[in-house]
Amino acid sequence: MNGGQDLGGVQGFGPVVPEPNEPWFHAEWERRAFAITLGCGFLGRWNLDMSRYYRENRSPADYYNSGYYELWFKALERLVVDRGLVSEEELRSGKPAGPRDPALSVPGPQRACELLALGSSARVEVEVPARFAVGARVRVKNLHPMGHTRMPRYCRGHVGTVEIDHGVYVFPDSHAMDQGKQPQHCYNVRFSAGELWGHAGPDTVRIDLWDDYLEPA
Amino acid sequence: MRALERLLVDKGLVDPAALDAVIETYEHRVGPRNGAQVVARAWTEPQYRQWLMQDATAAIASLGYTGRQGEHMIAVENTPQVHNMVVCTLCSCYPWSVLGLPPMWYKSAPYRSRAVSDPRGVLKEFGVEVDAGVEVRVWDSTAELRYLVIPERPAGTDGWSAERLAELVTRDSMIGVARLAVPA
Repeated sequence: MNGGQDLGGVQGFGPVVPEPNEPWFHAEWERRAFAITLGCGFLGRWNLDMSRYYRENRSPADYYNSGYYELWFKALERLVVDRGLVSEEELRSGKPAGPRDPALSVPGPQRACELLALGSSARVEVEVPARFAVGARVRVKNLHPMGHTRMPRYCRGHVGTVEIDHGVYVFPDSHAMDQGKQPQHCYNVRFSAGELWGHAGPDTVRIDLWDDYLEPA
Repeated sequence: MRALERLLVDKGLVDPAALDAVIETYEHRVGPRNGAQVVARAWTEPQYRQWLMQDATAAIASLGYTGRQGEHMIAVENTPQVHNMVVCTLCSCYPWSVLGLPPMWYKSAPYRSRAVSDPRGVLKEFGVEVDAGVEVRVWDSTAELRYLVIPERPAGTDGWSAERLAELVTRDSMIGVARLAVPA
């Protein structure tokens, strides 16, 4: 979606302000939001692409006025209801109306650490032909998906060169919308700063893009 | 926040001890010291460096750094010709397994908006000037690949051990917004 999250090239936000000796969390509620988001994620009722979509799928005004972990929290509140972990009534009252789904496996501390150390691969071990070879000139399609996408607006319509074929990966546009993995090649594509921004000089931007975003140039 | 956490605990959907373990992991076990070990090793062992450049996921896993937001790693090396920097314009993708959780500025709109369109201006705000003839190469982490910048080894460190070198390597240098130097 052409939402507030798609920030590349947007102007007016001012300088970058680093914080010296920044703590990992700035408040206890941030720590809790982080932990319960990962904790609920362990239950497997949604995937990473879905949680990104739930964070970004809101008015840009809401997106920009929400802190980072505030967005995580707002997304989690909707995910737990929409994905059937708690009911709307339970969320409102804060009281469980019944036991959890017995099919769910809730990790204890040791298993949680194992899951963090394992991570979750987005690669798909299937043979899918690559539509482009390394070195191919490609144009990013002029698409404006209403749902989740990982195709930044600033590269749409622009021509670049395939630098790396990363292999076959889950396609986030379908995965986020509960429409399956649609495994396909993901590439790193090189764009010159001149092509993207009209700058002279040697600078480049490298963007990871899936087969379905690209056409031959 | 508290209300939601209490509901999730009362309904048995999360184990409070597991939540503590998650926080403990990211406050105390995972952080930029991991990435610094990778960099120092790459500087001191040519074979490790070669492995890292060819298969960063495996080379980094061999040091014990695996897991969430580090499943698919790529190392990119700064040289006299190329200065790499990493951003995620669409959210805040970051290599947790080697750098820990991202700093606020990395997640902020000013960095995410300008790292791709005005990288030299952003670098200047971090005190880094890149010569006009050097390529600034910005990696926008739009997929599940996570990028680790291998900064240039500072002058005056010949013969240093990997342990000593690792002390020099900062988080910001591995994002690509700082250069390294031996402290005066």
